[in-house]
Amino acid sequence: MSDSIKTSDFDQAFRDEVFEEPGADKIALCFNCTGCSSGCPMTEQESEFNIRKFLRMANLGMKEQLLNSPYIWYCTTCYKCQERCPQGVQNVDALLKIRTIAVENGIMLVPHKKVGQLVVKFGHAVPINDDTKEKRKKLGLDEVPPTVHRFEEGLDEVKKLIKIAGFDEMVAEEEGGK
Amino acid sequence: MTKLSFFLGCIAPNRYPGIEASTQKTLNKLGVELDDLEGASCCPAPGVFRSFDKTTWLAMASRNITLSEELGDDILTICNGCFGSLTDANHMLKEDPELKDDVNTILSQIGREFKGTQDVRHIVEYLYQDIGADRIKEAVTNPLDLKVAVHYGCHLVKPSKERHLGSVENPTFFDELVEATGATSVDYEDKMACCGAGGGARTAVVDTTLKLVDKKLDNMEAAEVDCVVDACPFCHLQLDVGQTEIKKKFEKEHGMPVLHYSQLLGLAFGFTPEELGIDMNFTNTSKLIEKVRGGAK
Repeated sequence: MSDSIKTSDFDQAFRDEVFEEPGADKIALCFNCTGCSSGCPMTEQESEFNIRKFLRMANLGMKEQLLNSPYIWYCTTCYKCQERCPQGVQNVDALLKIRTIAVENGIMLVPHKKVGQLVVKFGHAVPINDDTKEKRKKLGLDEVPPTVHRFEEGLDEVKKLIKIAGFDEMVAEEEGGK
Repeated sequence: MTKLSFFLGCIAPNRYPGIEASTQKTLNKLGVELDDLEGASCCPAPGVFRSFDKTTWLAMASRNITLSEELGDDILTICNGCFGSLTDANHMLKEDPELKDDVNTILSQIGREFKGTQDVRHIVEYLYQDIGADRIKEAVTNPLDLKVAVHYGCHLVKPSKERHLGSVENPTFFDELVEATGATSVDYEDKMACCGAGGGARTAVVDTTLKLVDKKLDNMEAAEVDCVVDACPFCHLQLDVGQTEIKKKFEKEHGMPVLHYSQLLGLAFGFTPEELGIDMNFTNTSKLIEKVRGGAK
């Protein structure tokens, strides 16, 4: 990220889009107390992740820089910042909104795409495996849990919902994530 | 007998079935009947799927809720992520008629309708609010002589606007439930810190998230506890599998046994560690199992 910021690069439409998320518009009230970033467990380990900076960038409309930052994907959504913000900024909700805009712009990390593909295929982000089937039997549970894993009509419903939302295409292999 | 529909999620049934078995055993003992939520899917994971596409997230979450509406039961979750996803979706759809209409237009294509008649519960808050620590204490047959580091995890209490479980910085309800088993909840530094797994972070940048859980484990060890007790299979996985990854990547050994609350409760109700799947973690729990056996009263 360059040190100099050109106001001509600011994208007001992006700012407005982020502000559609309830409580995201409160970013405009931020007075830089740093309560969010100083308490952040991720910032403690990776200083490039800075929720305060990201939300202020959103407030300025710095769309390209923000959406292309790999660090917007580091948030664990622990909500500590959101609970602590004296101005009521819904930090995490705003960041999730920024992520959805990134996805709409074709930006998705490859590992996330793979988890998405698992849900498209199995209806579970973490599908069953043989090791767990053995463990289930030992515990006296049915080998396959009574979820979409066992009920095919349930899985068909989930697949239909995913198709309607266009999620299958969103995580399809060809697009190539960043 | 009280009835709840049991939402399994992904990680409990598909990686840690001991948590599923323990939940059934302990709740049955407390007079709660659990209905299978047949054909339920991934909640879906809030940080990841809400990040991708809100429509997909809401459609899948609301479909899961309609399964419990059909049964007329409230949903019981055993995972902070599932609790967060389903609570937030349920809350949004109940509050916003327009959004509910949009979602129902999608759901109608699979012959379903979200009505908004049921609540989403989490095993820990359910036990605390509806059963109560006193009743649990009375049901304990095998008081546990254990020092425990309680790990609330984030989405059990936050965002508080949809939870209403009191303080998010210093909650006590989970500690009270742990102590109802005879165990002692030992305070440790940064107790409310995140395990690092959520929000798709573990999927995207596992090594960085390991630094968060490594620190958490260090703090628990400094408090000289026998085990950590969590309320979420994803935290459980990060704490348990995370130790095997830390060993491989950072060449550092923790040796901290990881239990879900349902498993701790199961021990206090006299079930064996094997019946509760405590020996099925990815890290070795034999020391804790020995201690529990030796200390049985």
